[in-house]
Amino acid sequence: MTDATAPAAAPAPRPGHTAGSLLTLDKRTRARNAAEARFRLYGAIAVGIALVALVWLLISIMSGGLSAFRQTMITMPVYLPAEELDEAGNRNPAEMSRVTTLGYARVLDQALIALMAEQGIAIEGLSEDDASDIISQEAAAQLRNRVLANPDLVGTTVESEVLTNGRIDGYFKGRVTMASAELDSNVTPEQLRLADALRANGVLEKRINWAFLTMPDASDQRPEAAGLGVAILGSLYMMLVVLVLSVPIGVAASIYLEEFAPKNRFTDLIEVNIANLAAVPSIVFGILGLAIFINFAGLPQSAPVVGGLVLTLMTIPTIIIATRAALKAVPPSIRDAALGVGASKMQSVFHHVLPLAMPGILTGTIIGLAQALGETAPLLLIGMVAFVRNYPSAPPEGIFDPASALPVQVYNWTQRGDPAFVERASGAIIVLLVFLILMNAVAIILRRRFERRW
Amino acid sequence: MNDMRLVERDVDATDIKIKARNVQVYYGASHAIKDVDVDILDKTVTAFIGPSGCGKSTFLRCLNRMNDTIDIARIEGQILLDGEDIYDKRVDPVQLRAKVGMVFQKPNPFPKSIYDNVAYGPKIHGLTRSKAELDEVVEKSLRRAALWGEVKDRLDKPGTGLSGGQQQRLCIARAVATSPEVLLMDEPCSALDPIATAQVEELIDELKQNFSVVIVTHSMQQAARVSQRTAFFHLGNLVEYGETGQIFTNPSDPRTESYITGRIG
Ligand SMILES: Nc1ncnc2c1ncn2[C@@H]1O[C@H](COP(=O)(O)OP(=O)(O)O)[C@@H](O)[C@H]1O
Ligand SMILES: [Mg+2]
Repeated sequence: MTDATAPAAAPAPRPGHTAGSLLTLDKRTRARNAAEARFRLYGAIAVGIALVALVWLLISIMSGGLSAFRQTMITMPVYLPAEELDEAGNRNPAEMSRVTTLGYARVLDQALIALMAEQGIAIEGLSEDDASDIISQEAAAQLRNRVLANPDLVGTTVESEVLTNGRIDGYFKGRVTMASAELDSNVTPEQLRLADALRANGVLEKRINWAFLTMPDASDQRPEAAGLGVAILGSLYMMLVVLVLSVPIGVAASIYLEEFAPKNRFTDLIEVNIANLAAVPSIVFGILGLAIFINFAGLPQSAPVVGGLVLTLMTIPTIIIATRAALKAVPPSIRDAALGVGASKMQSVFHHVLPLAMPGILTGTIIGLAQALGETAPLLLIGMVAFVRNYPSAPPEGIFDPASALPVQVYNWTQRGDPAFVERASGAIIVLLVFLILMNAVAIILRRRFERRW
Repeated sequence: MNDMRLVERDVDATDIKIKARNVQVYYGASHAIKDVDVDILDKTVTAFIGPSGCGKSTFLRCLNRMNDTIDIARIEGQILLDGEDIYDKRVDPVQLRAKVGMVFQKPNPFPKSIYDNVAYGPKIHGLTRSKAELDEVVEKSLRRAALWGEVKDRLDKPGTGLSGGQQQRLCIARAVATSPEVLLMDEPCSALDPIATAQVEELIDELKQNFSVVIVTHSMQQAARVSQRTAFFHLGNLVEYGETGQIFTNPSDPRTESYITGRIG
């Protein structure tokens, strides 16, 4: 019909298809390549911004907090006069304990004065009282504990590492300057000059500060003595509670829901609710914990057991979601294979599906635990923000003793007036980050270990 | 002596191993298998052929109750194994599947060692009393699956590291290890190359000495090569069932004829 006319007209070029050389890019290809290049650029920019933010965060925390791991101390001989510390003369700690820290403070003061005299340090305009004020109030308490633990020290001269107060420490960490000391009622330029002289003589120096990790919190006036001991123990106990409760409950619940439960409206509803629970703000769990565990069940406030229970509630949805995803990712052919040789449902799950899902389950679990470790808000509500000086005893009883927690300690320290606590808070953040990195490392190692089983 | 065995086999061959009557399968509202009656003979290879989606796999999976794992599947009718209704309430599908083994379309070895793959069935069914006995079963099963020579030096290596054809033979060895009476195979060669296919076909031919084998296949040549009896399914109906030779040379139903001559596909 139209065949006769068609060959005469040149075939219309098909859109997007040019007869040109392969060596020159056509318009469409150029546009596509440009779009791809743009997309890559956006990606690189996003990653770049994230990296810069991360590095910035790390630098600011490190620069502010690393100094908390070193503390300015005076190393000096301290004579422990028997007539002041043990009037009865029988070295009985019970009677010696009547001497308060004030008595030990005087002993330290005398030791410092003697040291200055011996080294020929004289600072113009510095009274003896002011000079001895560079020693931390905590130092007397530490010396008292040491003597009461070992009464035979009385009457001898002991070599002691004596904490200096927060301002002197701050002077060597750049927080305090001669100019700021002029305006500061807590420290005078003369005291700083004394510190300089002691440092020049090698008796005052910054030393590694294990006490930051082991000692309990200290009062507002003694930032130099504040440590994370109780907070680390509290966090550890809470993690124990969370681990012991949330992992079995979460994993068992997911296995049941994923592999055994009938698929109906009711289980759909449960599924939706678990997903919603994972998105509930943590402070709501805190209120729930306060109402149920403390007000209703009568568990003690500030106790790791309550914190652990609240964090368990928070962690279970995370674990369930991760575990179900890991179970879903196991190819159904493995289940068929197991059922096909006559394994029961349970055998197919526990012999084949679960081992294959293990890496995913572990990763999810550890991410959940890491989240719980850093959680602050719910702990504030159940009283974990209290000032706790006593270490909780060993678990299991210890989980009922009052304790603090790492993130709450950070929050707590940032609320205090003395700028020395900013350093402490940054130091605590570093400790928290180290724990998180360790947990992630464990997750990676476990995952590798399990994945190696093909 | 030899004669005796031959006679015995002849008698066995006429035994009905599985008798299906009036089987209906529904996936939710859709009716996937309609009114299927079939007698599967012992020590015989039975092939199920038919176009894609006609319900071959569905029916095969009824024979060892693998459809139980599909929530929406509903089965009606009667399937008797040696005269016992396998859908009776008292039947535990786990016990049934030890008797009616299955090999799947895609090779699906466990991500465990070759040895553990084969030993798994005997272990969970407590078929062996000692390690030595288990070793023996593993070796015998691998030999039956014509795999022993290739893997005997690496039994502790992962089964997933074998080639596709070897994996499928491993799956056959795994199914054979529990000494089933019936072996169901759902397109066992569809993921294999021609050489591996030939090996598996040869294997099926040997297996029929001990088992009743039911094989679903896409390839009519394969059905013709390995089976003695053939069932042709179409749109959920069993259209024709009989001697393989007769089905291929002289089908009685026009639908069968158009399928084997390539007009329905
Ligand atoms: N799990 C399932 N859920 C719902 N429908 C299914 C399922 N499996 C199979 N079907 C349906 O049942 C019919 C038969 O499928 P199948 O037995 O797999 O066919 P064949 O193996 O012959 O290709 C098809 O229409 C298919 O869509
Ligand atoms: Mg199929």
